[in-house]
Amino acid sequence: MTSFNARQVRADTPLLTRVINDRPITYLDSASSSLPPRSVIEAMSRYYETRHANVHRGVFQTANEATALYEGAREAVARFINAPSGADEVVFTKNATESFNLLAKSWGAANLHEGDVVLVSEMEHHANIVPWFQLRERSGIEVRFIPVTDDYRLDLTNLDELMTDVRLVSVTAMSNVLGTINPIKHLAATAHRHGALIAVDAAQSIAHGTTDVADLDVDFLIFSGHKMLGPTGIGIFWTRAEILADMPPFLGGGGMIADVRIDGYTPAKGHARFEAGTPPIAEAVGLGAAVQYLEHLGMANVVAHERDLTGDVLTRLALEFNGRVRVIGPNEVIDRGGVISLDVEGVHPHDVAQVLDQFGVCVRPGHHCAKPLMRRFGLAATARASFGPYSLVRDTDVLIEGLGHALTMFA
Amino acid sequence: MSNLDDLYREIILDHYRSPRNRGELASPPAIKSEGFNPLCGDELVIYLDVRDGVLADIKLTGHGCSISQASSSLMSAAVKGKSLDQVRATIATFKEMMTAHADSLDQSREATMDELRTLGELASLQGVVKFPVRIKCAILAWNTLSQGLDEAQRA
Repeated sequence: MTSFNARQVRADTPLLTRVINDRPITYLDSASSSLPPRSVIEAMSRYYETRHANVHRGVFQTANEATALYEGAREAVARFINAPSGADEVVFTKNATESFNLLAKSWGAANLHEGDVVLVSEMEHHANIVPWFQLRERSGIEVRFIPVTDDYRLDLTNLDELMTDVRLVSVTAMSNVLGTINPIKHLAATAHRHGALIAVDAAQSIAHGTTDVADLDVDFLIFSGHKMLGPTGIGIFWTRAEILADMPPFLGGGGMIADVRIDGYTPAKGHARFEAGTPPIAEAVGLGAAVQYLEHLGMANVVAHERDLTGDVLTRLALEFNGRVRVIGPNEVIDRGGVISLDVEGVHPHDVAQVLDQFGVCVRPGHHCAKPLMRRFGLAATARASFGPYSLVRDTDVLIEGLGHALTMFA
Repeated sequence: MSNLDDLYREIILDHYRSPRNRGELASPPAIKSEGFNPLCGDELVIYLDVRDGVLADIKLTGHGCSISQASSSLMSAAVKGKSLDQVRATIATFKEMMTAHADSLDQSREATMDELRTLGELASLQGVVKFPVRIKCAILAWNTLSQGLDEAQRA
């Protein structure tokens, strides 16, 4: 049974009781990092207070409990994304960026050779660009970009031509700047028709929509805990069991081996091969609790709520500011999430964010680790507001009040 | 909004809206110095015409937030036509003002007031100290100028 009430989500989120500059906090930076509910924080505290021990190697009671919690989180994640072979396909990393490095430096280095193409898009986060550039330096692959249209969508008109020599399509499910939601199912079908695999950056989409890797028919899925109401310090790398089985180890050390001799080592099988060293155990526990919380809210309810908020803010920005506040992203709530990048006339994004801070409003100024996209639209930076399940129309009220003040101040 | 008014003084907004010494100088002979703030994307190019130990002319291009733009504009007005020694001294005084801890401003009022007098209009940037993340915005132009002077004096 799901139960969604944004006011209840707000009450469940301790950080939202903060007061900033004499105003209640207006948190509009969930695209950067979301706020954990009390259940996540308490799960982590409870773990440290009653069960903490290293995982996978103890015989004693708490070590077994810690291992069960850690592996339980893996099962929760597998269930959340509908991984066909379950938890065995889920690898825990440090963050989504490390997951992309695992993809490029393990699977990529082993399977991509000079002349092979990785097809990314102009709206990717640097995490899905730089590891491919690094691989290009080492093995001479080509990194090709799907262009972005003036309407802030992927330009797929020449997709079949772009697919020449492509071995991997690696694209975001939802832009962290534009809010654009990309047609992953269509891209997956196209990739497979051309004999390529597809990796999906779900960092932005994971907490704002349902993700079913079997239905999407994708090959790799990457996201992080802290953008889905979980803690920082844990990322997720999912791939199909048969792909994972053939991937060479990434980081070396304890935990990832089957055997070590003085003449060499044999790597472990399965996800263990990619989890060298003591893993983020408490973070996994928190992530497991975050998954449970999101399941309790119901992702369809979260989507509906954030769609309402997004439609409302887009309408009001247009009405209120008459073009002086431009939205860098789709203007209609179709295939679009609650990430609202703003270009405010005559006011630099850093000044926008500074003025908004005075109203207790948290937005992010900058290039959002997507410099190719910013260049595409001739921008150095935007001020980005983004929603979470705890966001309310009241947050938009304060945002608009602050933007009005910024416009007046710099006029 | 008293805090914000400390940061965005009228003189800063004026220099942001109407930046002084915008433009380029032919380089060479002018020294061209570039500054970047990779975190926020601010970019600044400073052109310096140095003759007989004097900064005869200075021009600026680039983009950035109001603080970085106003700071570079105020700086250009303060250093243009000054001897390189005077320019260096102004850079040092300005940086000292920016590194003074916000809490110590009140206690060391005397020293601070003396310094501020020598800075003239530049003192309007004093409020930036209360907003630590914005100090790098105010200082970008000065580091870029410093770098250009080093190059001029090496040449």
